[in-house]
Amino acid sequence: MSAVDAVRVVPGTETRERAGGPTGGGGWFVRIMILVVVVIWIIPTVGVLISSFRPPDLVESTGWWTVFAHPFRLAEWTLQNYRSALSTGGFGNAFLNSLAVTIPSTVIPITIAAFAAYAFSWMTFRGRHIMFVVVVGLLVVPLQMALIPILRLYTGGAAVGTLVLFPDLNLGGTFLAVWLAHTAFGLPLAVYLLRNYIGSLPSSLIESAKIDGADHFTIFWRLIVPLSVPALAAFAIFQFLWVWNDLLVAYVFLGGTPQNRVLTIALQQLVGARGENWELLTAAAFISMSLPLVVFLSLQRYFVRGLTAGSVKG
Amino acid sequence: MSDEVPDGARISRGATLWLSLLRILGAVAIPILAFVLLWGTFDYLRNANANRALIVVVAVAVGVGGIFLLFWAMNRVVGLLPARFREGVRPYVFVGPCLVILSVFLVYPVINTIIISFKDATSTGFAGLDNYRFVFSDHDMLTAIRNTIGWIVLVPLVAVIIGLSFATLADRLRRGEALAKSLIFLPMAISFAGASVVWDFVYSFRPQGFGSNIGLLNGIMLGLGKNPVPWLDQKPWNNLLLVVIMVWMQTGFAMVILSAAIKAIPEGIIEAARIDGASELQVFRRITVPTILPTIVVVATYMVINAMKVFDIVFVMGNPEGRGTEVIAERMIAWFFIRGNNGRGGAIAVVLFLAIIPVMIWNIRRFREQEAIR
Repeated sequence: MSAVDAVRVVPGTETRERAGGPTGGGGWFVRIMILVVVVIWIIPTVGVLISSFRPPDLVESTGWWTVFAHPFRLAEWTLQNYRSALSTGGFGNAFLNSLAVTIPSTVIPITIAAFAAYAFSWMTFRGRHIMFVVVVGLLVVPLQMALIPILRLYTGGAAVGTLVLFPDLNLGGTFLAVWLAHTAFGLPLAVYLLRNYIGSLPSSLIESAKIDGADHFTIFWRLIVPLSVPALAAFAIFQFLWVWNDLLVAYVFLGGTPQNRVLTIALQQLVGARGENWELLTAAAFISMSLPLVVFLSLQRYFVRGLTAGSVKG
Repeated sequence: MSDEVPDGARISRGATLWLSLLRILGAVAIPILAFVLLWGTFDYLRNANANRALIVVVAVAVGVGGIFLLFWAMNRVVGLLPARFREGVRPYVFVGPCLVILSVFLVYPVINTIIISFKDATSTGFAGLDNYRFVFSDHDMLTAIRNTIGWIVLVPLVAVIIGLSFATLADRLRRGEALAKSLIFLPMAISFAGASVVWDFVYSFRPQGFGSNIGLLNGIMLGLGKNPVPWLDQKPWNNLLLVVIMVWMQTGFAMVILSAAIKAIPEGIIEAARIDGASELQVFRRITVPTILPTIVVVATYMVINAMKVFDIVFVMGNPEGRGTEVIAERMIAWFFIRGNNGRGGAIAVVLFLAIIPVMIWNIRRFREQEAIR
């Protein structure tokens, strides 16, 4: 009984979109298949969304799908979960901290990678191929593998004998520590994607700019960057989502300083402090999802264009 | 294109030395200056007790503008060099910052980990190959290897099949295509922590007397008049339930990329086939799939690497050892961080790293072929 109800309500979004228009070229089979997959895909999220508006005792005692039996009984809906999740202290601050971590961690690797990708694509120098192969090869380094050595660098520096290779700056717990780490972890993918895109631009374009007397920097800035907006945006979305949703790196490098905690850490601590309070978790999960969803939905057209430029042409 | 430095032949030995020196300087200058710039600004802000919003604004300004200005300034400096050095040094200024940062933050840790993997638990004495012997003999490790192979095969396969079918079908909708694709893509924007909350509401099980079953699957079981099932404890099928989570999160990515590839196929080819009497299925098998094969390969490779590194899902859903859902990356964390055995954790990391290398080599070879036809 229950699951069937859920299935029936969810498709509303789909049919509304199509209502009134001419029936498409797909036929019934196509539409039903699409509908089935979409429904299966969003049911888990819908369950959590609904639960986040239900009072704690009901979340604990009945399945979320039971609301469809009597959706207009107002006593069974509440905003209290969101209120308590937000008032549990420092959430506004954590939101700002997340921004302070995420935005520089997104733009710094983009700038550095764009220059590198241009050089790999359109400049000739010894070791070009091998350098590129090494950079892309670093894509596979499991993030977890790098955390401990980096943490040691931050808190103790590195030296060979008396030669200081990396000064001890006591970076642990600072935003800068996280920016640098995320920059490094994001660079291989950034170089790979941007090299793919920038390398696929027509060489006649670059040649003619050279003939007109433009140097590499001018070509990069006036020609390559404007043309590469889709690829830059695609990587920006990738990196933004990744950094915003990251718990591990933030936890290792920022975990010890309460005033610098980001949203994911705040969430995790909420879970720890409140035990298995599902209704708070659901509300908190949706608060943390809000910004990535907005970013993603508003930039997704770039996402596709930027990611596919190098590969689609085959 | 050749890798030769344009003026290379004409430079004397002494000048070559100078050139190398300048290249290294050019490569290192930007990262160091950028670091000093960021650190200085940041230190100032910290001491000034500036508020969060201001820090965000300044961080963005310095992060974006500052780094770009450094590249600009270094480019000008290179312009001041004697003409015979200029174009030999410039590429290293462009590529250098990337290489320096990666050396410090990825290459150095990798080397460090390889050394650690030959040492004992506390990294004090050498342990020879003991840690590697452990990796290939420990019962949990063998389970982890088996499970990881399952992940590597299943995640790309299922995600690409569903993604491709969905993209093909959605392409033929007149309305609602964008909405349908967005909904499939949505899980990409959710963190692993968020996803675990989401799927807890699907798989949750409570034995009799411990509250009612609020998980969707067990709700369905009860609705069908059957007993609730502790889904995540069903060995070895629970692994599949975890794979489902990753497929749920990644199919959208595959679908969006493949959809773009399908749309890039010239309409004429497909029309011609239809006029010649090809059925829709034939068009799909004989034209669509072969045309977008390179894209399928890229997407699948990306998924294979992600599946190899999978850790969060298994870890967050809980109790991998008891449930037999261990994977290699999760074992690495367990030994490194939870049990504090650097040697074994390091050895597992190295094995994982080595396993991914063939995939990368293959990918890079494909990349060069593409280069050749540019």
